[in-house]
Amino acid sequence: MARAQIAARTLRTDRWWLPPLTTFAGLLLISIYAAFRTFQGDFYWVDQYHYLTPMYSPCLSEECVPAASHFGQPLPALPGFLTPPVVIIPFLLGFRITCYYYRKAYYRAAWASPPACAVAEPHAKYTGETRFPLIAQNLHRYFFYAASILLCVNIYDTVLAFGTGLGLGNLILLVNVSLLAAYTLSCHSCRHIAGGRLKHFSKHPVRYWMWTQVSKLNNRHMQLAWASLIFVCLTDLYVALVASETISDLRFIN
Amino acid sequence: MSYQGKFRVWRGDDSGGGLEDFTVEVNEGEVVLDIIHRLQATQAPDLAVRWNCKAGKCGSCSAEVNGRPRLLCMTRMSIFEEAETITVTPMRTFPIIRDLVTDVSFNYTKAREVPSFQPPKDLAPGEYRMQQVDVERSQEFRKCIECFLCQNTCHVVRDHEENKEAFSGPRFLMRVAELEMHPLDTADRVDQAQDDHGLGYCNITKCCSEVCPEHIHITDNALIPMKERVADRKYDPIVWLGNKLFRRS
Ligand code: SF4
Ligand code: SF4
Ligand code: FES
Ligand code: FES
Repeated sequence: MARAQIAARTLRTDRWWLPPLTTFAGLLLISIYAAFRTFQGDFYWVDQYHYLTPMYSPCLSEECVPAASHFGQPLPALPGFLTPPVVIIPFLLGFRITCYYYRKAYYRAAWASPPACAVAEPHAKYTGETRFPLIAQNLHRYFFYAASILLCVNIYDTVLAFGTGLGLGNLILLVNVSLLAAYTLSCHSCRHIAGGRLKHFSKHPVRYWMWTQVSKLNNRHMQLAWASLIFVCLTDLYVALVASETISDLRFIN
Repeated sequence: MSYQGKFRVWRGDDSGGGLEDFTVEVNEGEVVLDIIHRLQATQAPDLAVRWNCKAGKCGSCSAEVNGRPRLLCMTRMSIFEEAETITVTPMRTFPIIRDLVTDVSFNYTKAREVPSFQPPKDLAPGEYRMQQVDVERSQEFRKCIECFLCQNTCHVVRDHEENKEAFSGPRFLMRVAELEMHPLDTADRVDQAQDDHGLGYCNITKCCSEVCPEHIHITDNALIPMKERVADRKYDPIVWLGNKLFRRS
């Protein structure tokens, strides 16, 4: 038996193409900004107030400004056009790229698989995440572990910066790590590890409680993904503007 | 208040068919199924439509309205403009029988492929004891009314007929998750989900969750947790080491 003959790719009458288009534009814009800042290799540290942009933290190679390397410089100076963030960006990028939310976002927006619900995708074949390379999405777990460590580093940087007094930059860094923490904690892998993998919640009351808390955050995972992503860029921009002396930090104490 | 509404309804069978135009009276408070019934009563007595409860609970009246998979009985006319032409088509993913009625037996085949609930061997019926917190997660999935809108919308089979063999669809992957999370089920469902039901085909784009009339969080609460269980089993050495060292289950 055959399907009903309907030639149209979709009969949807709403603007179904708008959300994928917006997502695509947003991700593209942020990628361009992040790539530019990564390879700029400058204006990531405000010596006077100890602000370090999250994009360059931790700064582990010898070309880093020494004071910005809170964890020493175990790596030699990087060759050629490479800059300090290239050491950590694979982990940060890997975390976001394998994130269940971002997967949905770019599968729809960049790969049109599907572009929107009940709109036919343009691909002749589809194997989903069953084989290489997309089967590697299953590694999200590791990136979650790595990103959690980097989050601790960002929190440490933020706390250190309070040593010089209090300025608008401190508050921006604080909001930034809060959003990053909320995004990381709301991760589906985190939800699973916290308690989701258990069969008997009643036997593990503490983990059940943790699971319910993470589940609450997890409901907002998409919003947190965007908020934290945009805010990292804004934080970086603020640090860059202060570091390049384009603007001066608004100080409340000192 | 009533008005004359413009409709385009797909009519035909597996040998062919197309959209036919109708102008039908629409009254305040009506749903799309009311209009289809009025069409049957006044202009197209042989129009085929499947329905039972008209209360969004039997899952029979699934179709597509203006290209969006929906229950005909739960789609209010008030969400449309009076001047709008409303297109009603059968579900695309399943073979057509006639007009708005499709053959959904794909879903029954897939349902049969999920091994049934397996309680511990030493427990007789009537001796089952469970804590509410332990069954809560599976209870969300029991709200399913088997309308198969999720199965119809999922691009894995909607756009790729050839995947029907390997992929059970969100409704039945959710059934696997329901049993996997059940405190008294002893079967091993994780490898089954990946190997027998095609969990890997799902790319978590969430259209199943978007169309579910019961608002079940199919992707977040069933499919992703199953993917995480598969990752535990197949891709996470830390969990593997933990299990070796502490012998947890
Ligand atoms: S989330 Fe997975 S199962 Fe649901 S519609 Fe998308 S691909 Fe299909
Ligand atoms: S999960 Fe939701 S959409 Fe799918 S069959 Fe059940 S009620 Fe329908
Ligand atoms: S699911 Fe998005 S970060 Fe893990
Ligand atoms: S008629 Fe029962 S769900 Fe619509």
